[in-house]
Amino acid sequence: MASGKEIRTKIKSVKNTQKITRAMEMVAASKMRKAQDRMAASRPYADKMRSVIGHLSQAHPEYRHTFMVEREAKRVGFIIISTDRGLCGGLNTNLFKAGLQALRSWQEQGVEVELVTIGSKASQFFKRFGGKIVAQATHLGDAPKLADLIGLVKVMLDGYDEGRLDRLFLQYNRFVNTMTQQPQNEQLLPIHTDSLEQELQHHWDYIYEPEATEVLDQLLMRYVESLVYQGVVENIACEQAARMVAMKAASDNAGGLISELQLAYNKARQAAITQELSEIVGGAAAV
Amino acid sequence: MAMTMHVDIVSAEAAIFSGTVEMFFAPAVQGEIGVMPRHSPLITQLKPGSVRVVKQGGEEDTFYVSGGMLEIQPHVVTVLADTALRAKDVDEAAAIEAKQRAEQAMKDAQSDIDYARAQSELAEAIAQLQTIQQLRKKAR
Repeated sequence: MASGKEIRTKIKSVKNTQKITRAMEMVAASKMRKAQDRMAASRPYADKMRSVIGHLSQAHPEYRHTFMVEREAKRVGFIIISTDRGLCGGLNTNLFKAGLQALRSWQEQGVEVELVTIGSKASQFFKRFGGKIVAQATHLGDAPKLADLIGLVKVMLDGYDEGRLDRLFLQYNRFVNTMTQQPQNEQLLPIHTDSLEQELQHHWDYIYEPEATEVLDQLLMRYVESLVYQGVVENIACEQAARMVAMKAASDNAGGLISELQLAYNKARQAAITQELSEIVGGAAAV
Repeated sequence: MAMTMHVDIVSAEAAIFSGTVEMFFAPAVQGEIGVMPRHSPLITQLKPGSVRVVKQGGEEDTFYVSGGMLEIQPHVVTVLADTALRAKDVDEAAAIEAKQRAEQAMKDAQSDIDYARAQSELAEAIAQLQTIQQLRKKAR
């Protein structure tokens, strides 16, 4: 059995680890709340945009933007959103597993795949896997700016415009609640017009300045960008939630370990005292 | 009492303004426009500039937008504001930069960076821990 001093050092080191994990848990909890607020704040923009695009595409059924035209898939693009840091449980692993599955199923059909990664974990993983990464962004921080994403999204949108890509998917974690995050694979392009707002009961149309088509082009680009942005913000909320849960488990485990070690330490101490006593008594009897 | 309409100014990152106003001004691409309640439905692009609202009671508020879209319905006005300056070549430059980052990362050996990052993360966690401890001491 380890001696008293060794156990004491061990207890101390576990306690220090526990302090760190507990601090990280608290930091993650407060960051999660902020990320959730940001998630809620970006929602009205996309909602409003969806309703305007829905209206426009219904009012001008003869005009089909390239983003709305369904083509045969020869090459597909993926935008994969991950975290920058680890220590967040199985969040990234689950996402990458789902991503790989989607990638493989396309590749089996003889379809080439291009990747855009957001977050350093994704770029590391898919580089090792050997995916073709055409653009990437890392270290966006806790409050990402839409401006940081414009370039990335443009790479893919241009690819789609030129006919280099025929589908575009967005892969990110959906925030269900603090305990549950779901890997999500969403189709960005072509935009499903039927998923946009259906009812066109109103019999009026907008006045357009300058042209309806021009306005629609602008809106569609911004719409895709805002969806990607929402994905990023949602993924951050997921990251913080997952980290909070993981760090809580780590703190609890450390607590368990400490109490076990404490028990061993007490036993060792007791044994030492008993032994010493019996030695003294034995010595006295021998005299 | 003057007639009013509802105005929402939203960007992809945040809701900037929401409230009831009497009059509304915005820099549309084809010239500045003023909007009063019961305007006919209109959609237009915005130039960078300031959006001005006259709230109920005559108080004015001004917001800067770096472009975006404006949707007008008789009693609801929505500004879909851009948060970043948008121009064709600026976007192009951002796209090129994103591509270059990917190429750069492909070349770099990642292991040293990972180690350095882990170290900095640890240092950060410790610093946060110390701050929390100090706060606790103060609270006592």
